[in-house]
Amino acid sequence: MEYSNLISQLLKGHPRAAARLITFVENDIEAAEEIVNSIYEHTGNAYILGITGAPGTGKSTFISTLIKIYVEQGKKIGIICVDPTSPLTGGALLGDRIRMKQLFSIDNVFIRSMANRGQLGGLARATEDVIKILDAYGCDIVIVETVGVGQSEVDIFKSAHTVVVLLVPGLGDDIQAIKSGIMEITDIFVVNKMDLPGADKKIAEIQQMLEFKKNYKYDSKEISEKFAKIEQWTPEITKVNSKIGENFDELLGLIKKHKSFLEESGVISNYLKNRITNETIQILKYKLTEKVEELLNSDKEIGKYIDQAIKKSLDPYSMANLIIKMLGLEK
Amino acid sequence: MTEHDKIKQDKEEWENSISLKKERKQSFRNLSEIEINRLYTPNDIKDFNYALDLGFPGQYPFTRGAYPNMYRGQLWTMRQFAGFGNAEQTNKRYKFLINHGNTGLSVAFSLHTIYGIDATDPRALGEIGKEGVAIDSLKDMQTLFDGIDLSKISTSMTINGPASILLALYIVTAEKQGHTPDQLRGTIQNDILKEYIAQKSWIFPPEPSMRIIIDTIEYCAKYVPQWYTISISGYHIREAGSTAVQELAFTLADGFAYVEAALERGLDIDDFAPRLSFFFNSHNNFFEEVCKYRAARRIWARHMKNKYEAKKPESMRLRFHTQTAGVSLAAQEPENNIARVTLQALASVLGGTQSLHTNSFDEALCLPTENAVKIALRTQQIIAYESGVTDTVDPLAGSYYVEWLTNKMEEEAENYFQQIEDLGGVIPAIKANFFQKEIANASYKYQQEIENRERTIVAVNQFEQREPCSVPLLKIDEEIANEQIRKLNKLKEERDNKKVNEKLERLKEAAKGTENLMPFIIDAIREYASIGEIINVLKEIFGAYHEDSIY
Amino acid sequence: MSKERKIKVLCCKPGLDGHDRGVKVLARALRDAGMEVIYTGIHQTPDDIVNTVIQEDPDAVMLSMLSGSHNAICPIIMDKLKEHGIDDVLVAVGGIIPDEDKTFLESHGLKGFYGPGTDLKTIVDFVKNNLKR
Repeated sequence: MEYSNLISQLLKGHPRAAARLITFVENDIEAAEEIVNSIYEHTGNAYILGITGAPGTGKSTFISTLIKIYVEQGKKIGIICVDPTSPLTGGALLGDRIRMKQLFSIDNVFIRSMANRGQLGGLARATEDVIKILDAYGCDIVIVETVGVGQSEVDIFKSAHTVVVLLVPGLGDDIQAIKSGIMEITDIFVVNKMDLPGADKKIAEIQQMLEFKKNYKYDSKEISEKFAKIEQWTPEITKVNSKIGENFDELLGLIKKHKSFLEESGVISNYLKNRITNETIQILKYKLTEKVEELLNSDKEIGKYIDQAIKKSLDPYSMANLIIKMLGLEK
Repeated sequence: MTEHDKIKQDKEEWENSISLKKERKQSFRNLSEIEINRLYTPNDIKDFNYALDLGFPGQYPFTRGAYPNMYRGQLWTMRQFAGFGNAEQTNKRYKFLINHGNTGLSVAFSLHTIYGIDATDPRALGEIGKEGVAIDSLKDMQTLFDGIDLSKISTSMTINGPASILLALYIVTAEKQGHTPDQLRGTIQNDILKEYIAQKSWIFPPEPSMRIIIDTIEYCAKYVPQWYTISISGYHIREAGSTAVQELAFTLADGFAYVEAALERGLDIDDFAPRLSFFFNSHNNFFEEVCKYRAARRIWARHMKNKYEAKKPESMRLRFHTQTAGVSLAAQEPENNIARVTLQALASVLGGTQSLHTNSFDEALCLPTENAVKIALRTQQIIAYESGVTDTVDPLAGSYYVEWLTNKMEEEAENYFQQIEDLGGVIPAIKANFFQKEIANASYKYQQEIENRERTIVAVNQFEQREPCSVPLLKIDEEIANEQIRKLNKLKEERDNKKVNEKLERLKEAAKGTENLMPFIIDAIREYASIGEIINVLKEIFGAYHEDSIY
Repeated sequence: MSKERKIKVLCCKPGLDGHDRGVKVLARALRDAGMEVIYTGIHQTPDDIVNTVIQEDPDAVMLSMLSGSHNAICPIIMDKLKEHGIDDVLVAVGGIIPDEDKTFLESHGLKGFYGPGTDLKTIVDFVKNNLKR
């Protein structure tokens, strides 16, 4: 096995081995398959925190303060910072690591920057695998941090036990952004920079938004299942000042409270079921897309179908059904 | 038909009559991305009012110059920035420069001094004496100025984070030579805002830094009246990649921020404003630079008079030092830099600079050698004594192009002031990364234009001739660092450490309150406390600054 | 997730020097060439840099040095990387590096040495062509 050496080092807690393995799962699904297969039994110990907030909400300072407290408690922390890939060039500037002051010892805190590489679902799968590696590496807590608050975060955060969304007083349109994206899976709303005027107003706005949500009826079965945990958990709202660590006691209490809720209410089994289902869906999506693309590019038969479609003698739905047949996936 | 209509009509005819459309470039833009027209006429400065917009040199709004007869009275100070290795070596270089006609000293400090850490600190590794002279304590300062009468020369010190400490060192060094503080002339850069914006050698967060700066202003107003307390600097903003307009606007905005902070302390504007001075860059685009200086004087005068209600003309008069653009020097065919520096120097003289540093042609490769420094100084002397440009005041005034561009730069700077105000002022704008982003965008754009050959840099992206360069380089002996560390350790053994600790403890107590810190720093210096020790004590109270790095 | 492997580059400013115009411009140029770029910010100690290399596992490390401290600092970084068994990462230094120091730095495994006025494309190509993995 190509990765066995690295994996045995990973399980002993070597940071370099963790970093190498992360590179492999990021770049290559076959590697990911092999690696996850070997480490899977060693995962499941880490508590996963999803943290997001629009630019300007002070995420890095917030996370730095949080890490400091956890490290003082003797915990080992992994952080995955996700930054956007430029759609034009495919490149990315990964910035957040520098914004978290490097006051942490490499033994306790492992920070890894990732570009989202802009593929549908691909990021969620890679993130899930990176979480597993950090879990097997021995992290007690894995923080997944993203820049946005939109729909793309929802997929990534399906893996998280607790999702924290950061807001700040003043910023006008952040509530709107949340409504159209991540609101339904947020467990704790945090108003950062509570020293600024308008913090309480912001809390009131969030409360108002959540009221509105209560009246909202999900009619899609899929959605209501996905958000099953929310039906019994009323999202908490708190405020902090990350610069001086103010009110973090309360925040940590809320995270704990949510953790106990998951365990005691039995929602955790629901969560795990959802997480594994989602993960499998992501992998299937990827694998099937890859297979289909391969087929589309190489199979002569399909070339003929496309010609027929151009001549209007075959419509795209019928063509898709033919391809499903070719893949042996016929209903 | 009015005269303007006539000119307009004639110009249109002229443009139609000859084939003007075939030009080398589609558009001609200066380094601030301002589009430059084919020809300027009186129509481009229609509302021009001589009395309001220009006035007479030495009079409000000072557009034509800070002083009435400018260089006919006194040439600018030829002030070559110098410092390297240890205090003995730099002392020798100063004496060399003074012997060749340098009329003021300008101290470049070692990076570890700039950051306020001792030579013995592990972070100083590899940096000691490389970019400037290594100074750790009063001992080094006394060596640096050995045999140089501090009551006779004016000294500019490029120092910001620990500026108050270096000023204290200078005062005590002069004291040991037998001079009183009121005899001293010189400048400390002391401009912390541009450190957050561009140069990055900060120590404390903005708020305590501003307090220390206002302390020095207050102290000097009382005891060192001939000292220039801040040199508000655009130089580094430009070096970090800004445009000329950004340099102009951000520097003056910093200046206004210091004025506001001093007013808040309760100081009278006419007591401190005359001791503020400026420091600008001179880059490649000749007229753009000339107009930048002229616009700077006018903007400053107008704001000081109208917004801050200064009464003394000296408070409204902007004076500045210039350094030619280090960033414009090329490593390819370095001798060409002599021509670049000449043009840049000429622009600053035609823009009315009060003092000037000309870069040495080898500075893209290393610290300047003695020969290269001499050529740079000779360049200034040739402009001053041979070219004739000093014979009359502000010779470019009245040029349609120059007046139009001066107006345009003022207008664009005012736009920036508005944006900064909308963000809540300079410090909030720094925290929001406003300046940093503007500069990063401008510098990337400029670099791309060079790469795409939209802008030509001779022998860099056009007319290249790859030849190995054979310029003799100045090397800094690594042994200098070890010696500096030994000296400092020895000093710490020999001084009265009980007294040192006592003075440092008092400084710390003062830092917790609101008292002026200068007397406490001076007391600690007298006992040979090192710069690093003083900074560490202050850091305990003020904390350290961390940048939200953007790129 | 993509088939083609992305090149990941760490841009650093070791030492006390704060002149970061060049390194920031370079970071953007590498990004525009399709690479994933991390800029560490200024004032990085050799330990900071090596720790970041360990965790981020970049393909290349670009050190930007203009203050003349390269001979003192770069070999320390290289030694510490070696201590951690990292030998498959391209480490380049640029900025103001006199010709006569190149041999010394090369002997410690450093490459590049691009100075002021270098075409960004030259550096981008250099990175692409000198990767060690």
